[in-house]
Amino acid sequence: MKYQLIFKLSKALLLARVKQTSVAAIGVTFSIMMFIALLSFMTGLNDLLDGLVVNRTPHVRLYNELKPALTQPVDKLKLKSYHFIHSVKPKASKTELYNVASISTELSRDPRVLGISPRITTPIFYNIGNTNLSGVINGLDVVKESELFSFSDYVVEGKELDLKNVPNSIILGKGVAEKMLVTVGDVISITTPNGEQFSLKVVGFFQSGLLDLDKVQSYASVSTTQKLIGASNDYITDLQVKLKNILLAPALAKEYAKRFELDAIDIQTANSQFETGSSVRTIISYAVGITLLIVAGFGIYNILNMMIYEKMDSIAIMKATGFSGRDVRYVFITIALSIGLVGGLLGLLFGYGLSALIDQIPFNTMALPTIKTYPINYSFKFYLIGAIFSVITTYLAGYFPSRKASRIDPVVIIRGK
Amino acid sequence: MHDKILEAIAISKYFQDPVSVQVLKDVSFDLYKGEFVSVIGKSGCGKSTLLYVLSTMDTDFTGDLLIDGVSTKGFSEANLAKIRNEKIGFVFQFHYLLNEFSVLDNVMLPGLKLGKFSNAEVKERAYEKLKILGIEKEALKKANQLSGGQKQRVAIARALINDPLIIMGDEPTGNLDKKNSEIVFEIFENLAKDHKQSLLIVTHDNDFAERTHRIIEMEDGRVIKS
Repeated sequence: MKYQLIFKLSKALLLARVKQTSVAAIGVTFSIMMFIALLSFMTGLNDLLDGLVVNRTPHVRLYNELKPALTQPVDKLKLKSYHFIHSVKPKASKTELYNVASISTELSRDPRVLGISPRITTPIFYNIGNTNLSGVINGLDVVKESELFSFSDYVVEGKELDLKNVPNSIILGKGVAEKMLVTVGDVISITTPNGEQFSLKVVGFFQSGLLDLDKVQSYASVSTTQKLIGASNDYITDLQVKLKNILLAPALAKEYAKRFELDAIDIQTANSQFETGSSVRTIISYAVGITLLIVAGFGIYNILNMMIYEKMDSIAIMKATGFSGRDVRYVFITIALSIGLVGGLLGLLFGYGLSALIDQIPFNTMALPTIKTYPINYSFKFYLIGAIFSVITTYLAGYFPSRKASRIDPVVIIRGK
Repeated sequence: MHDKILEAIAISKYFQDPVSVQVLKDVSFDLYKGEFVSVIGKSGCGKSTLLYVLSTMDTDFTGDLLIDGVSTKGFSEANLAKIRNEKIGFVFQFHYLLNEFSVLDNVMLPGLKLGKFSNAEVKERAYEKLKILGIEKEALKKANQLSGGQKQRVAIARALINDPLIIMGDEPTGNLDKKNSEIVFEIFENLAKDHKQSLLIVTHDNDFAERTHRIIEMEDGRVIKS
């Protein structure tokens, strides 16, 4: 009953100044719309860039690093005096992983692991006539690699499965292929670190989006790579683990390093710069969005203040006829909140519309073969934050003017006439 | 029969700005139910100030004010608002109608605020009051479509809506021409006679005051005749 009356009064005051209140509401609409569009676009872009790395990078990589032993023989003597042994070099050990089969079965039993994929990395030279181009061949299991690390998304020409089906085949990096002037189906020759020459059939091109990488890297099957370097068929240099929960990676990397006596690196450590980049971009988008909202809040504040000056007489007579200061405050807060709610709701709708529009704009780049339009993240989270913020800012924008209105002394106004 | 509805006990008030000036000096008097009282005095003698003190809108005074036998000292702003809503009706020199609302709504608002009756009942009562004042035909017009005299009658209807203990008027005829002043006076007279309505009207119109039941005359913040 009482709220009904307050709504009635608020509505009348709102409608008495339809133009100004609509301008205030449009301010809120615009800011919420931009907030939604900006964040959707920015996080969409972030996700895309992160995806470039995160989707293709193992969450935990197990390998053997070439490095000097942690404890040198001389340390074991526990000498109390100073020793002069220096310039210690690492042992000529191989980067091969031992017991790959048992480690693999162990890992695949781990409930936290989504999948594992083996790799061999070896440096090679691409022979182009008389010129040799240094490069790297990654030996991989194309089926698992596609399943876990979206390998197939980046094969721009040819079929990735040919890597498995055609013996002695290779998928060349796009940059390498351009330098070598080859097309799919050609045969190229490479030189291995041991000095042997091999002929490999090109079955596809790979474009990662990182140009420097594509000028160096090529891909072959595990068995082809083992043949290239003359290793046995259990020779593996890397085990790539994809986890169910990426956040566990640092902890699991430590655990596996200890358990299997290997080196292990997690994705967060290996790519910390990406994490920083995306969080900074997100913070900037939030800051801009919230600034827009606050500016809209000032608009509401101004319009309410003006309305209070204009309606001074009405407020005075309301108070004289028995409305308390609190009733008057509720009336103005109701006005502010209805501006915020209507403006905010429209803002959410228009924000969605604008995001959908951006989603249609063509975005073709050499670096990102799978992307055709600008990326948008339609997360419900932004809509929720936008809605909450529009209500909070309009409430605050209404709170101060309404407090002023509630303190108007009717005697002063009525005597002044 | 002679119920005391309002009692002013030694009310004094100072204006602090720019120098301390005493505007009300030990004002004491009683008002009884059904009385039609006018307050007269020269400009600046404090009669309006007294009215605002008596109306509970101005709480910055010493002394005591009893309304319906209850002291209003120390009441919160919300409680005073409730007293005004329930027991006091106002008519000012200026009508103070809300232009956003229809005449009917203007009359209904204090009744809706009181919340004693349902919306439909308040509406019916508002029509009743407008009928007493002879302006029920204008009920659905906007407040700003009426003439000055009509507006003042709407303001009186608004003052009546909650059947107040007393109606207070601050120069209610001050802005009106002779004819409309006469109409307003007759309305007050009828209210006092037919409805036993108590009225306290501040005026500087001596002809008006002469025709009321009782005159309170003020000079320099003091009641010199009551």
